[in-house]
Amino acid sequence: MKRYSVFAVAREALRDHMGWERAWASPEPKKKYDIIIVGAGGHGLATAYYLGKNFGITNVAVLEKGWLGGGNTGRNTTIIRSNYLQDPSAAIYEKSRSLYETLSQDLNYNIMFSPRGVIMLAQTEHELRGYQRTAHANALQGVTTEFISAQRVKEIVPIINLDGPRYPVLGGLWQARAGTARHDAVAWGYARACSAMGMHIIQKCEVTGISRENGRVTGVTTNRGDIGCDKLGLVVAGHSGHLADMAGFRLPIESVALQALVSEPIKPCMDCVVMANTVHGYMSQSDKGEMVIGGGTDGYNNYTQRGSFHHIEETVRALIETFPMIARLKMLRQWGGIVDVTGDRSPILSKTPVEGIFINCGWGTGGFKAIPGSGWGFAELMAKGHSPLCDQFGLDRLYQGRFIDESVAAGVAH
Amino acid sequence: MSTRLATGGRLLDRSRRCDFTFNGRRMQGHPGDTLASALLANGQMMVGRSFKYHRPRGIVASGAEEPNALVGLGEGARFEPNQRATTTELFDGLTCVSQNHWPSLDFDIGAVNTAVARFLPAGFYYKMFIHPRPFWKHVYEPFIRQSAGLGRASNPGDPDRYEHFHFFCDVAVIGGGVAGLQAALTAAEAGAKVLLMEQTAHWGGRAPVDGGDIDGQPVADWIAATLARLQAMPNVTLRNRCMGAGVYDHGYALGYERVADHTPGTDAPRHRLWRIRAGQIVTATGAIERPLSFAGNDIPGVMLAGAVRDYAVDYGVSIGDRTVVVTNNDDAYRTAITLKKLGLDIPVILDARQSGGGALADEARGMGIRVESGKGIAKVKGGRRVTGVAICAQAGEGAALEEIACDAVAMSGGWSPVVHLWSHCGGKLIWDEARAHFRPDPANPPRGAQGEAFVVPAGAANGAGDLASVVADAHAAGQAAARATGHKPRGKAPEAGTSPEAAMEPVWLMPQGAGVKLRMKAWLDYQNDVKVSDVQLAAREGYESVEHAKRYTTLGMATDQGKLSNINGLAILSDALNQPIPQTGTTTFRPPYTPISFSAIAGAARGPLFQPVRKTPMHSWHEANGADFEPVGQWRRPYCYPRGEEGRVEAVAREIRQTRQSLGLLDASTLGKIIVKGPDAGRFLDMLYTNMMSTLRPGKCRYGLMCNENGFLMDDGVVARLDEDTFLCHTTTGGAEAIHGHMEDWLQCEWWDWKVYTANVTEQYAQVGVAGPNSRKVLQKLTGDDISAEALPFMGWSEITVAGIAARVFRISFAGELSFELSVPASHGRALWEALLEAGEEFGVMPYGTEAMHVMRAEKGFIMIGDETDGTVIPQDLGLDWAISKKKADYIGKRAQERSHMADPSRWKLVGLETLDGSTLPDGAYATAAGHNANGQRHVQGRVTSTYHSPTLGRGIAMGLVLHGPDRMGEVLDFPKLDGGIVKARIVDPVFYDKDGEKQNV
Amino acid sequence: MLILTCPCCGTTGEETEFHQGGEAHLVRHGPGSTDDDFHTYMFARENPKGAHFERWRHNYGCGKWFIMARDTVTLEVYGTYPAQTHEPPQHIRERVTAKRPGWTWRDVA
Repeated sequence: MKRYSVFAVAREALRDHMGWERAWASPEPKKKYDIIIVGAGGHGLATAYYLGKNFGITNVAVLEKGWLGGGNTGRNTTIIRSNYLQDPSAAIYEKSRSLYETLSQDLNYNIMFSPRGVIMLAQTEHELRGYQRTAHANALQGVTTEFISAQRVKEIVPIINLDGPRYPVLGGLWQARAGTARHDAVAWGYARACSAMGMHIIQKCEVTGISRENGRVTGVTTNRGDIGCDKLGLVVAGHSGHLADMAGFRLPIESVALQALVSEPIKPCMDCVVMANTVHGYMSQSDKGEMVIGGGTDGYNNYTQRGSFHHIEETVRALIETFPMIARLKMLRQWGGIVDVTGDRSPILSKTPVEGIFINCGWGTGGFKAIPGSGWGFAELMAKGHSPLCDQFGLDRLYQGRFIDESVAAGVAH
Repeated sequence: MSTRLATGGRLLDRSRRCDFTFNGRRMQGHPGDTLASALLANGQMMVGRSFKYHRPRGIVASGAEEPNALVGLGEGARFEPNQRATTTELFDGLTCVSQNHWPSLDFDIGAVNTAVARFLPAGFYYKMFIHPRPFWKHVYEPFIRQSAGLGRASNPGDPDRYEHFHFFCDVAVIGGGVAGLQAALTAAEAGAKVLLMEQTAHWGGRAPVDGGDIDGQPVADWIAATLARLQAMPNVTLRNRCMGAGVYDHGYALGYERVADHTPGTDAPRHRLWRIRAGQIVTATGAIERPLSFAGNDIPGVMLAGAVRDYAVDYGVSIGDRTVVVTNNDDAYRTAITLKKLGLDIPVILDARQSGGGALADEARGMGIRVESGKGIAKVKGGRRVTGVAICAQAGEGAALEEIACDAVAMSGGWSPVVHLWSHCGGKLIWDEARAHFRPDPANPPRGAQGEAFVVPAGAANGAGDLASVVADAHAAGQAAARATGHKPRGKAPEAGTSPEAAMEPVWLMPQGAGVKLRMKAWLDYQNDVKVSDVQLAAREGYESVEHAKRYTTLGMATDQGKLSNINGLAILSDALNQPIPQTGTTTFRPPYTPISFSAIAGAARGPLFQPVRKTPMHSWHEANGADFEPVGQWRRPYCYPRGEEGRVEAVAREIRQTRQSLGLLDASTLGKIIVKGPDAGRFLDMLYTNMMSTLRPGKCRYGLMCNENGFLMDDGVVARLDEDTFLCHTTTGGAEAIHGHMEDWLQCEWWDWKVYTANVTEQYAQVGVAGPNSRKVLQKLTGDDISAEALPFMGWSEITVAGIAARVFRISFAGELSFELSVPASHGRALWEALLEAGEEFGVMPYGTEAMHVMRAEKGFIMIGDETDGTVIPQDLGLDWAISKKKADYIGKRAQERSHMADPSRWKLVGLETLDGSTLPDGAYATAAGHNANGQRHVQGRVTSTYHSPTLGRGIAMGLVLHGPDRMGEVLDFPKLDGGIVKARIVDPVFYDKDGEKQNV
Repeated sequence: MLILTCPCCGTTGEETEFHQGGEAHLVRHGPGSTDDDFHTYMFARENPKGAHFERWRHNYGCGKWFIMARDTVTLEVYGTYPAQTHEPPQHIRERVTAKRPGWTWRDVA
């Protein structure tokens, strides 16, 4: 792998950029791999990367039915934060956030992690208490957050309106080292690094069946032939139920459409991410200048990658109340992704009833921020059979009634 | 230089003048101008700078597809960035500024990027700025952000008004050109209710510019006649300045009407968002011309050939004196012919087709215009303005055969149907090889609620070329839409004259063998600065999927969303990958068609109307008496009633003291009230609540807990049995609707054979809590009924008359004092409230708010849903086992509570907490335990759920959930504070005040 | 943006009038049931790509629950029937089969 650097760019510029090599190879599938990961989104690619990097397992294929990074990795609002309430969540999201900090250097690919800070607004007395609780929990979890006053919120986000007629801003939970990253680049950077380790990323390769013998996985059937493996990781947000069905088990998952939108680009006016959960809206500004806005999920199972417009209306209304200056901006584009939601709205990183099959799914609306941590933990789970980051996220928790419910503090959206 | 011609301009009212300013420069135009045509008329070709290289940018199109001509429009609170000049109607007094440059449009420091452009190819930022790590946040990113972005931010305080409009019709026709008019007419004549929308101010689209006859009439006359017919039909609604913005599932469509953008300051709403449900949607959205990819095609003065013609015919504006036309199809000859007829010079028409053009080419030659076949442009000369072109053979590599001086270039790469609205909701496309464009695939339309196709493309949007086929196709579309909505179409399509055209030939790069130096100057996306070489680089680096190439290069991601660049870009990509264009496919078309204002999306629901407000019958009294409100769900409840200079803390303390010592009043009207009635009502409530409700006797009240099927405590409240068949269930303020829904769910879907009815009567009753040692006395002043402890004991209720109002009175208490809750019809609420205040005056009665209520309940150790519970707490955690019936075989949540984690004896349990120093524990604090878990997180053993300063006890009190808490009375726990330091608190009984209930039970 | 017709009151309304209440035809398992049965009842979901049977309530209308057969990929509504029904009626199944031959949903087909 040729290293990227300003010198490399300069060198290539002198020969009109004709010498760049492929970011990732496009190999034919082999007959068998040690490990197959289904799904070349951020989570799948990160899993493969840490299998290689942390455990030296490189005889790995990542199969993708479309194009890598083409699912929710490339459709989200790119928020990265770890100010979660429950210990298991805080652990994996904080691991993730800390990996994001050095990911550009680790991958030699600028994923543009921008630790510009995230504020979650408290707009009711109940929310205020909820975030104070989260701040206390974070302090003991090693997650640096701060509960700040309304005035401090205004200093950080001058465009905010503190005195909305309905829900005045009472304060906020501030995580200064949270932020955003360039979502596509995360997938591309991991893919390039995996490819450089000799792993096979096989796009346009759709898994149509999962082969088992004596309760153990032996491989997959694809539109590009049968491929054998010792272990299989299913990392296919939005389509997890479908894959689980092929393996013969059902998941506690429902798939729904989640929407987002961006404004036309404007010059910088907001230097952090603001989440207003009482009124259901969150917003940041991309490096291109677009205001990036997260919307709601449809209330019904949906695989269309489209949503209903009334969610957009509600979100935009909420944000005009919170940031009156956006009133005369325009919506450039709206889109939807399919997210899978579990019984307690926390992810599943787990062994399955089939020996050798592992599943990583159920990230709901919060998957992007978890990519490196999820990959790190899931790789450990697949390599060693357990991982402190994943152990609490097993399928068994719902049997036991051991929920990891993040909505408890203040109805926090991801 | 562009200028206004002495004559012409069919859309102009030359008798009137509009004054406007651009970058402070005063300019003049006419009503009917767009801002773009007016700028051109004033010689202003260069209107902005590109996103990445800050290259000079001129107007390139005449409609919604314009990528360059974006201005900051208006001033102050009405300032709006990124307004498209080609779709902005000129009005007197308009002010605008160009964007994305510093210090000025002409001298832009950022243009240095052009000089180093070769170091900034597609995706350069992924490969650079990696080291040193802190530089990304502190140096690189701020610089990139500052140079990116387009217009400056708008301002708060938008003074304009916006509204929504709901519309239901059989057929919605989007696009008011010839095709739209014909489709609407056909459908309307069949009897369908029709809505016809046109995004511009004018009907008829581009047809009058191109000319032709329909039914023997000049097309402009046919348009006027057809419009008149439609206007006369009662089943037709016409709206111009109304863009079809998006098509959504099941026939939902959005119309974006710019009602008053051209008349600012009038009291009309500025924008109106049409929320349309149509049986069928006809997309008569026309086609967009494609640029050609040759070196220097981004220099101001290079314009789409159709746009050059539009400006001349519609606005009487010439783009230059000497215009070179370059094309791969016959249509661009019309531009040359039009300009020539206006007396302008056409040095040459370069037709990339070896075989040249058809009849129009002959006509051009006949006018003395030089026509060169098989030729193209090697390179455009000029910087801020075209000065000439170098001609080359299209088949070659770009060796200049000749240089021709000119000040404008009109280019045409063929036309692409506008398929956006067809595609928004899943309509698929097919590649038309002959015309080299994607058009709607009739076999894969968007499908509606019944699986029916609900979008019909018409005219040029369906790939139709000449006028005759446009009209015929539109008639067929109108018929199809009418039929699909149950109408019987009549009549036949009008006849239109057609002049035969020679076939176009796709030209994706000019010249075909252009070397890399030329390709690095051949623009695909003008706004985002994406060139042919960038897409080829993406393909070489493995970004092969069309989505990868788009995202890597940012092709088509600008504010025009690739209307000009997408097809050219994916043709280049396909060529680089050596695969046919359809195999590469397109990126996804997403709404809106062009950007729509956030304000229009929000509509009228802003400020006070943002969300509904629920007010109790006593709300106006609270307002008049200085209540400090807090939002509780959609309700507004008084938090406290400060007097004089009092702050919140003092007011709350005073309210508590007075209630405990004498008398307080609480507006409890927001409490949920649900009637459950029927022979099986008791049996039903036994399933709903954890405790036994069927044994409650009429006249009595019982506190009950409700869990969800997952076992978690979700609501609580007092149930009163009104008679044998009827119960009144009180719920929390926030829970009423949800609990009522929960009841109906179980009744309708699980126990549907049980005879039970429910009714949510929350808003039918006002409720007042009368609390304090003097509460009985004040009531006795107002009623003749017996409310003595014997007649109305604690947890009893009865019907009495208070102040002449029929009331239910409940002997229940949340404050822990002798108290009565009075429930009267809502319309009597305020009268009762005032009567109680008047009668209570001698006792120093004070209304108290939610905070006093919270503190008093905490002093009593009563739990609060939302504080002690958070959706993960079960009644057993809260020491409420007494309220869980052991006799019942089942209740909702019972099975869930048997799961191992819920039956685990190490679950945290409710206790009281008392700080050693008397201070108040911080909200949400955790009690630490020794050591750390495998993820390095500190072990914890409990947390604070409610914490207050108790004015009654003069110290902090708290409740919390603690590991084995009830077995550890007297133990001291450490609660770290956020600002450092530790608060030590002792585990105590959660009831801090009147442990034996002597005060409430008198 | 779905448009739905309530089979109870006959009103056709916007999606915003209605509320989806999850998968239909779940069999309640109460006290005495096995952990597996209870888990299946509470959490295991069909979540199909294709025909789905789900509970809906006409929230801002007549307030009644009903069951809808709807396609999660095309969003086509195959039909509705009363909430007081134990399994998808034959005529609804036939309508699904006409559009999606070979479909399955739990043990229904």
